[in-house]
Parts: sequence; C-alpha cells; structure tokens
Amino acid sequence: MDALDVSRWQFGITTVYHFILVPLTIGLAPLIAIMQTMWVITKKDHWYRLTKFFGKFFLINFALGVATGIVQEFQFGMNWSEYSRFVGDVFGAPLALEGLVAFFLESTFLGLWIFGWGRLPKLVHLATIWLVAIGVNASAFFIIAANSFMQHPVGARYNAERGRAELTSIWELLTNNTALAAFPHVVAGALLTAGTFVAGIGGWSMVRSMRRAKEATDLAVAAEHESTARTMFRPVTILALWVMVASGVGLAITGDIQAKLMFEQQPMKMASAESLCHTETGADFSILTVGTQNNCENITQLISIPGLTSFLANGDPNSTLQGVTELQAQYEEQFGPGNYKPNLFVTYWTFRAMIGWAAGSAVLAVVGLWMTRGGRVPDKKWFGWLSLLAIPTPFLGNSAGWVFTEMGRQPWVVHPNPTGVDQIRLTVDQGVSDHPTSLVVFSLIVFTLLYAALGVVWFMLIRRYAIAGPSDHDKHPPGDEEEPEEPGEPKQLSFAY
Amino acid sequence: MGLQEFWFILIAVLFVGYFVLEGFDFGVGMLFPVLGRTDTRRRVMLNTIGPVWDGNEVWLITAGGALFAAFPDWYATLFSGFYLPLLLILVALILRICAIEWRGKIDDPTWRSRCDIGIMIGSWVPAVLWGVAFANIVRGVAIDENKKVVSGFFDLLNPYALLGGATTAIVFALHGAVFLALKTSGEVREDAVKLAARLSIPTVVVAGAFVLWTQLSFGKGWTWILVAVAAAALLGVVALTAVAREGWAFVLTTVAVIATVALLFGSLYPNLMPSTIDEAYNLTIYNASSSPYTLKVMTWAAVFMTPVVIGYQAWTYWVFRQRISTKQIPPSIGLPLKTR
Repeated sequence: MDALDVSRWQFGITTVYHFILVPLTIGLAPLIAIMQTMWVITKKDHWYRLTKFFGKFFLINFALGVATGIVQEFQFGMNWSEYSRFVGDVFGAPLALEGLVAFFLESTFLGLWIFGWGRLPKLVHLATIWLVAIGVNASAFFIIAANSFMQHPVGARYNAERGRAELTSIWELLTNNTALAAFPHVVAGALLTAGTFVAGIGGWSMVRSMRRAKEATDLAVAAEHESTARTMFRPVTILALWVMVASGVGLAITGDIQAKLMFEQQPMKMASAESLCHTETGADFSILTVGTQNNCENITQLISIPGLTSFLANGDPNSTLQGVTELQAQYEEQFGPGNYKPNLFVTYWTFRAMIGWAAGSAVLAVVGLWMTRGGRVPDKKWFGWLSLLAIPTPFLGNSAGWVFTEMGRQPWVVHPNPTGVDQIRLTVDQGVSDHPTSLVVFSLIVFTLLYAALGVVWFMLIRRYAIAGPSDHDKHPPGDEEEPEEPGEPKQLSFAY
Repeated sequence: MGLQEFWFILIAVLFVGYFVLEGFDFGVGMLFPVLGRTDTRRRVMLNTIGPVWDGNEVWLITAGGALFAAFPDWYATLFSGFYLPLLLILVALILRICAIEWRGKIDDPTWRSRCDIGIMIGSWVPAVLWGVAFANIVRGVAIDENKKVVSGFFDLLNPYALLGGATTAIVFALHGAVFLALKTSGEVREDAVKLAARLSIPTVVVAGAFVLWTQLSFGKGWTWILVAVAAAALLGVVALTAVAREGWAFVLTTVAVIATVALLFGSLYPNLMPSTIDEAYNLTIYNASSSPYTLKVMTWAAVFMTPVVIGYQAWTYWVFRQRISTKQIPPSIGLPLKTR
C-alpha cells in the first residue's frame, strides 16, 4: 500500500460514512416539513407529536452528518492537492456556492426550528423547516454538480500554461446532463431511505401499539393504545409508504436515464457493470456470473436476460455495445499505455446490490399498503419485524450505488469527456498529494476509529428513541396554555440542550 | 481594485466572520470547567449559543469553499501542508458537534460529563490551533518550487506561532466570557462578569505582545492603525468589564478580533503564503488565483448572497436575544441511559 491506496481508502471510507447519514437528512427534512404542515392545517395534536418524534431522529442524524461533512470540505486539499490545483478553478465554484447558498440556510434555519417552538409564530416556524428542507436539497444539487464534473467535465477549457482546467460557463457546469440525471436519482434515493425509515418505525410502532392494546387489561389503556396506532401511526406509515412508491418509480426512471448517459459518456463503467468483456450486438443483461474476481477471461455467465443491456443502453435490443477489452485497447491508443479498467468484481456486484437492496423497500411498500388497506390496522408481529428489517436496505442500496459510480470511473479522477476538451482528464495517481504513507495511514486510522465509535453511539440513540416512542412531553404543543407575551416574566425555554 | 484583491478581502471577511462568531462559541465551551459548576449552569451556557453555533460554523466551511474557488493553489498548499494541525482541528470539531447535539438526548450524569469533555476538547483545540496556523501563514513556511510545504509538523511550533495560539485561545475565552455575561442573567452572569474582568488584563498582555510582534516583523505602515485599534479595544474591555458594562465590552472584544484578523491578512497581502526558502516561491494573490471568469461568477454570487446570509443570521440573533438564567432551563427530557 502506498499513499495513493491509503488516500483512496480514506476518501472512500469517510465518504461512504457521510453518505449513510446524508440521504436520511435529505429525505427526512421534507417528510417532517409535511408532518408539521399537516399539524398546522388539521390542528390535530398527533401530527405535532409525530413531527417532534421524527424530528428527534432528524437531529441525531443531522449532527453526525454535519460532523462528517466538514471533513469532506477539507479532504480535497489535504489528500488530493494536485487534483485540487488541476480542477480548483471549476470544482471550487459549486463547493463555495454550496456553502453560501445551502449550508448557511439549512444550519441557520435548523437552529430557528429547534429552538423556535413556542417562540416564533406558527407559520413562520413552519417556514423554517421548509427552508431547511430546501437547503439540504440545494446542497445536494451543488455537490452533485461538482461530482458530475469529475464524471463528465463540461463548461471548462484547458489552460496549458497553468496546466489546469478553467471554468468557461457556470451555466453549463450546473446544467451538466450528468448532474441533471444524478440529482433526481440521489433525491429519489434519499426519499426512499427516509420513507422506508418512517414507514419502518411507524409500522413497527403501529403493530406494537395494537398488541399492547390487546394485552392491556384496563379498557381505557387499551383504547389509548389502539387510538395511537390508528390515528397516529397508521396515517404516517401510509404517507411514508406512498413516498416510497413514488420515489421507487422515480429511482427506476432516473436510473434508466443515467444508464443511457453512462453508456455514452463512460462506456467502460457500464461495460464493467455488465461484465461485458467483448463487444457484442444485442448484449444480454447478466444477472449472475461466476469466475475469478476481476478477470475478464475467467467469467462465466450463468443467468442472463437476452438483449436487455442493449435495450437499456439505447432503447434497442439489437444495438452494438463495446466490451471492456476493446475499450481498453481504444483508451491505450488514445491516452497512452496504462490500465483503464475499473475493478470488474466491485462494479459488477455493486451495480446488482444497488438494484437488489431496493427490493427490501419494495417488499415493505407492497406489504404495508396491503396490510393497511381500507382502514385496517395490522397487529401481526411478523409485519412489525418486516418493517424494521426493511429500514437498512435503502442505506445499503445508496452506498452500493455510490461505490459503483465512483469506483466505476477508476482509474480517472476526472474522467475524459468523449465529446469535450481532450486535455481535461486526470488519473487518480496524478491527483493525490505527495505525503508519506505513514501520515495518511495515521489519519485513516483516526477517522475510521472516530467514525466507528460515533456510528455506534448514533445507532444506539436512534434505537433508543425508536423503542421509547413519541414522548409524553410532546403530547400537546407549546402555546396551548396561556403564555406571557414577550417581554414579560421569563418563562422556561420550550427546548434547551 | 481587481477581482483578486476583492477575493482576498472577501476571504478575510469570511474568516473575520468565523472568528468573531465561533470565537465566543469556543469561549463558551472553553469556560465550561470554570463557569459551569453545575449541570444547570452548563446548560445555561450551552443554550446561549444553542440556536446559532451551527450557523456560525458554516463561516468556516464557506471560507474553505471560497479558498478553493478563488485561490485553488492556496487551498491545496495550505491544507496539504498543514495536514496534522488540520486533522486535529477536524477531530475536535467532530467531537464538539456531536457532543453539543447529543448531550441532552440521554439523561444521565456520566453521559453528560463525557459530552462535556467533547465540548471542551472541541473548543480548546481549534481555539489554539487556528492561532498557530494563521501565525504560520503570516510568518511563512518552507514552500518549494512546486508550491509544496516541505517543513515538518514541529517547525509549525515556533515561538511566534505558539504565541499566536495563546492569543487566539485567551482572546476567545475573554470574548466568550463577555458574551456569556451579555446573554445570561443571575448567578451565571455575575460569575461571567467577574471572570471577564479577571481575564481581560492577561489578554491585553498576551494579545498585545502577539499583535506588536506581528506588526514589527511583518506589518506595513498602514497596519499600525489596526494595532492601535486592537490595543484600544482591549484596553477598553479592561475598563468596561471592571464596571460590568458587558454590552459595550462585547462590541469591543468583537472589534479586537476584527482588528487582529485584519492585521494578519493586512500583513500577508499581497502574499497568501510566503515561502521561507525563496521569495520567488511565495504564493501570492496573483499566482495562486482562479481565472478571471471564475472570480467574476463567484463575485456575483457573493455580492448577492452574503448580505442575505448576514440578514437572516442577524434575525436569528434578534429572535433569541433574551437573556437566559438557570430558572429558565427546563428539566431534561432525555431518555435514561439504560433501558428498563
């Protein structure tokens, strides 16, 4: 292992970790905003309780998301300084815009949302969570636009004197077709994650309340549990299940658009995702292969769907697709000697894992909507467990998707655009900082251990709050009882750390 | 004024914003062991920055992004060159964020004291290291012809830089004490007022020495004005904290922070990072900047967005302007540590 490998591992670990937390934030913010809007409109206290209940998960998650995000902002300079010099003129702009437009918005208004209960007028307070939801999604847009430049550089020229890429059009950069396809795909993935999270916890809590109602000997207690299940958990679970259905459809459509772009812009990535070792006409879609890892010559196709890959690429099952071997030969001729193949094993399996894990959410969506049809409130234990088991699947799918996207562009850190400026390309070994291996190993160990420890605490907190259920403290919104107008007698804060 | 000069000033402004706003955030955390003798008092302290600390921290993130966009070579050289200090700062900030946000989630003394340790580490480490880092930027480090820093970690710990670290630490502690005096009432305020008065005199000595050293070694003619402003502000703080006028004292600690950061950037100009090997290797605003187009685009964005951001952040401070006392802290709504 040299500094390059260690730097790649560090960036991979820190980014995957960050992106476990990010989709939940991106998806949960609008869901909580919807819950709070329902409360403001219907004035029903259980929507308030749900807002507060899921708000706690949001805050627990947001903290670690911010903490791991700060590292990302500086890691480019720390470990990838040559890359930063090469693309800073272009890449820095969306990063700075993200800070200026999105980070300030979400962090400031989240503070107002957390502490503003009972202090801001209801509608103003509602606006703060919507602004948070807009902020987190805007930040996703800017960072995906930045990433899309690495996958498909546009809007830039090459300055030979400075040896760097230079921005020529911010508009082209922000409307990069790669970004316009990736952004909705990521947002749909985030909504699927948050939808599954809410439906999972909601479904499990609903079953638990129903079982408690059955077991209760006191009639009043039983009635209260049943009412909790029926009037609180059932509607929020159904809301989340429909969000899952909609985002699942969105994922499929945007995924298809992305795949078509990828065949055009990064044929090597798609060829290795499909284990398409040689150029084929009417290429099959492989479902299962066996063989020696990462070796084209030793792969045996076991199950495949005829013509599907060609159809996905061009909408025509009989179109011709280039294989890994031919692309390698073509790149060597174009860019000189070198290995231009990504790790075939990783790209093949992460692509399948990404799609496969979505099945977890799909099962819950179908079963959940069936179980709650026509006013039914399920009390089957297995449904509670199914709800919980579905929760991690979109997280795994998101990670697999990003690992595929990022490891599929290897060995490039800036992938050459087949229809763009020829010199705007950089391989990862040209982008890495010139550090001693020991230094990077040290930071890798520090980040990994710290993140692992915080991850354990994060999971413990989420689990504890899910088991505890909605707090009795939040039964009624602040402002129900008469309150002195400011400035008057100092009253207790409605929320304090 | 060219765009490169404008962006140099804008980045200085972003760091001024960061140090003014996070300065008292750090100060509040640093003073936990001194002013926060009981859990309720610690909660009073924490909640003075509760709604705003996250937004304050974004000034750093945005400064980092702006550095990347406007002076990519500075970003690359600085962050790869100051690898270890930056790693320590990042670890500290991670601990602090999680500790602040998770502290109240579990109602247990052990849990809370662990979080308090996280908050204190997360406040002390950056408060010292930012001073060390900026002093080294002004002083210059060994930068070779490839714009790479070749000096080691221990070269960063020279006397001037250590004095810089001591300065930021004590100034932030004072800034935090004055802020706490301004934002609290009752016993916390009384103690904060006393502490601020006691801290102000050593602050004048330490910060005065650093500011003077900076001016004499790296300053320009016009930066004497900043030295005078910083000195006058700090002396004013001594007088005002002695008579418990924390509102004006806070204005003056803010002025002192602004003047000191301005002095550092003013002494640096037009360099971004001087090289101690050869002046020809200096990173300057001219050889490290982005292209004119990028600077122009970013200027438009900054000119439109910065006032908006300042506007809504100011509004947040206005919304949460009330003083907090121990009487206003509600009972903890955290869960018990162990499941029953």
